[in-house]
Amino acid sequence: MTVALSGKDIASQLEEKFPDSIEETSRDCLVVKSDSLLAVAGYLKDTESLAFDYLNYITAVDYYSYFEVVYQLTSLKHNHSVIIKSRCYGRENPAVPSVIGLWQSADFQEREIYDLMGIKFEGHPNLKRLFLWEGFQGHPLRKDYL
Amino acid sequence: MTTTEMMTLKTEPFVLNFGPVHPSTHGVYRMRATLDGEVILDIEPVVGYLHRGIEKLAEERTYSGFIPLTDRLDYISPMSNNLGYCLAVEKLAEIKVPERAEYLRVIMAELQRLANHCIAVGSFLNDTGAYYTPFMYAFREREKIIDLFDMVCGQRLTYNYMRIGGVGQDIPDEFLPALKKLVEQMPRWVDEYDLLLMQNEILLARTKGVGVLPRETAINCGISGPVARGSGVNWDLRKADPYSVYDRFEFDIPQGETGDCYDRYRVRIEEMRQSLRIIKQAMNDIPAGPVRADVPHLIRPPKGEAYAHLEAPKGELGYYLVSDNSIAPYRCHIRPTSLINLTALREMVKGWKVADLIAIFGSIDITMGEVDR
Repeated sequence: MTVALSGKDIASQLEEKFPDSIEETSRDCLVVKSDSLLAVAGYLKDTESLAFDYLNYITAVDYYSYFEVVYQLTSLKHNHSVIIKSRCYGRENPAVPSVIGLWQSADFQEREIYDLMGIKFEGHPNLKRLFLWEGFQGHPLRKDYL
Repeated sequence: MTTTEMMTLKTEPFVLNFGPVHPSTHGVYRMRATLDGEVILDIEPVVGYLHRGIEKLAEERTYSGFIPLTDRLDYISPMSNNLGYCLAVEKLAEIKVPERAEYLRVIMAELQRLANHCIAVGSFLNDTGAYYTPFMYAFREREKIIDLFDMVCGQRLTYNYMRIGGVGQDIPDEFLPALKKLVEQMPRWVDEYDLLLMQNEILLARTKGVGVLPRETAINCGISGPVARGSGVNWDLRKADPYSVYDRFEFDIPQGETGDCYDRYRVRIEEMRQSLRIIKQAMNDIPAGPVRADVPHLIRPPKGEAYAHLEAPKGELGYYLVSDNSIAPYRCHIRPTSLINLTALREMVKGWKVADLIAIFGSIDITMGEVDR
């Protein structure tokens, strides 16, 4: 059984390493400030006791006042998982750093979110629309579309 | 000009469009391949021809009203799609499923894996040049499975059989005898493929050592299912994170060693045998009782979110649902197995010839309905 690690436990480990990087914690997840997302993700991947080598999925949710980007990480070695979130505020130009350097599987998924939700992934080498054609106006998965 | 000089002669790279309509792209998929003669320098996948905005449509439907749309994701294996979605809603709303329904779900999911692998293996062999003969053999077997599905839900392609809290209806009396017959016959058919193809000179030449996907790359690219296991990743959600009643059955996880096209093909053949093992155990142990929990038509799950995943025939299929306590999901994200499994394609085909591109692409086994959603 994959053990879902508590966001609070991981947060206590991260607090010393990266002070002021955590926005919120709960039993199920950990909300990381977007400017320290890459450092935290790198730590989660490379630390031996955590070893999150597998990125299950990335998705984004529109909560009107902010967008929430959701990452689920799994360690195939230890068989545990965790959900990391990052929020970006403002509807004009929301952006989070791209994790493609850590997990290649982010490639299409980040492009999909950019396409449908309009969130920019800074550092993605080929950030263009995935499903819709170039020149399409708007981002259909946003709550204010239609 | 000597031969050596001719070998080093550089040709101008040119761009060739594969698809969107091409028999080997399994749907409407396009690859912009940059070629140097017949050697592939780079490819760029172009998707979206079948994009129907299913995730957006989910936000305008009730929880149970979305189940028929999940059939249209991976239309080669709709039962698994149904099941994955129902698992997610049940997790979100904390619904307990009756025992008999759990067993029926396992039987259907494993039959679906058999049907999917029939198509996967058949069309892969088609792509490698065994033109249509093995494909028709595989279709013969799949037909029998589809007849069984027809018996339980009246549909041959879009089953819409799973419900939140169970399954649509109980199986008819003639189902278990027919299933028993299939389980007895099927191993012979699977052996037949093996006998015809395992030692086939052409198949070996076309697939051994071709399109190698190293283990580390597979993990980093988020590859799952038979493709990952072909590369030696020991990861199957039925064992690693058991859902439904999978923890009660005995079965093995077949794995490959080198991660080439042949290993992926072998893993699928082996998985068919293991699925038959699971079905055999499930149909012997199936208890009597109700097949559906008492769930209202309009469900209002408490505020929150849930992710449930299962080992679909193609890999990890998951649904991420966010509820705002209304009758429709606030957000429904589908983890697309086929799309993520394509991530590594670019690395796998570089340096191979055009004919190998077809074989490598075929060995991944994707459905465009799930890639584009």
